[in-house]
Amino acid sequence: MANLIPVAKTVGSNKIVPTISIPYPLGNPDTSKEQQWKLRYHRVGVALDALTTDIKEQTVFTVKI
Amino acid sequence: MKKAILYLNQFFGQIGGEDKADFAPVIKEGLVGPATELDKKLNNAQVTHTIICGDNFMGSNQDEAVETILGFLEDKEFDIFFAGPAFQAGRYGNACGVICKAVKEKFGVPVISSMHIENPGVEMFKKDVYIFKGGHSAAKMRKDIKTIAKFGDKLLNNENLLPAEDEGYFPRGIRHQVWLDSNTPASDRVVDMLIKKLNGETFETELPIPKADRVPIASPIKDLSKATIALVNTGGIVPVDNPDRIQSASATRWGRYDISSMERLKSGEFKTIHAGFDPAAADADPNVILPLDALRVYEKEGKIGKVHEYFYSTVGTGTTQAEAARMGKEMSEYLKEANVDGVILVST
Repeated sequence: MANLIPVAKTVGSNKIVPTISIPYPLGNPDTSKEQQWKLRYHRVGVALDALTTDIKEQTVFTVKI
Repeated sequence: MKKAILYLNQFFGQIGGEDKADFAPVIKEGLVGPATELDKKLNNAQVTHTIICGDNFMGSNQDEAVETILGFLEDKEFDIFFAGPAFQAGRYGNACGVICKAVKEKFGVPVISSMHIENPGVEMFKKDVYIFKGGHSAAKMRKDIKTIAKFGDKLLNNENLLPAEDEGYFPRGIRHQVWLDSNTPASDRVVDMLIKKLNGETFETELPIPKADRVPIASPIKDLSKATIALVNTGGIVPVDNPDRIQSASATRWGRYDISSMERLKSGEFKTIHAGFDPAAADADPNVILPLDALRVYEKEGKIGKVHEYFYSTVGTGTTQAEAARMGKEMSEYLKEANVDGVILVST
């Protein structure tokens, strides 16, 4: 889970789930606690699903929140 | 006199440190920070403007940053564009690469930067940008600026350019056909190489093939509901007393911390010691980097079997790829021993 996707790609991460920033990858403190939680819960879920996904090449997974 | 423009981050642009890393791009007439030295060393051009942008702004709002900066440049006359030197600063290296590539594509001028070999920006952009082999830290500022200025002068003067190795920039993967001074035919040279190879002597190939460092893709987890999942991070989340004394930058140490009795990481018990970003958000809620709270809920809901009892931590700023690889291997020994099935690694 990374914010700088191009860096993650270059260093060879095979499964990449985008986060929202460098200092707070999974929860923007300018948003409500509830919004932060929704985002974090969603993206961690995407990462878990990614672990079960069969991929043939480096893949950036899609997030909805 | 020809004209040059230099790109800097918030630090070298004298805006401020990490607390200003979200600084939106500006263009300033004249010389800021290292621009003075560059201007002094450049014989064939004058540095007319300095562009400054926060590293996090570029990292998180890349399209907006690039668009704004290209907008600044539209009505400027310039013959060459410089960025950095970025030394070993990863986000700065990324920013220099992004903007150099965009400027080259839009305006067709030569673009030059300088980075330490361990800067990820090198791998990402060496094909698009002349990136000179620079120092590890700003202590090499003068030397690195002299190098890029010298090459800039050569380009502006339309002088004959030597191969990448001789000029001192990272090879772009471009092959040129050249006549050798020696006039030794290729058939003789290749046999010489072969003999050296057979004798176990070192020889220099004329056709280097770049090596890509890739790890095989792990096979997917079949039944997540029975899987043990571990959390790893490079955001420097540690107990507040940092018991393993992990370095805040250029880390060589890592730690693992027992979370088996915790629902979430509490502020005041955990914090970040990462020196590469403003720690306020992660100190207030460490779960924004180490999402234990979310993983626990997935455990309760039965989506995963269980959360591995430790989380693993180090700091990813200025950390060399060699050290990072070693630490990763050391961590994975523990993870394998504990039969962990999958890992979520959060990188900052």
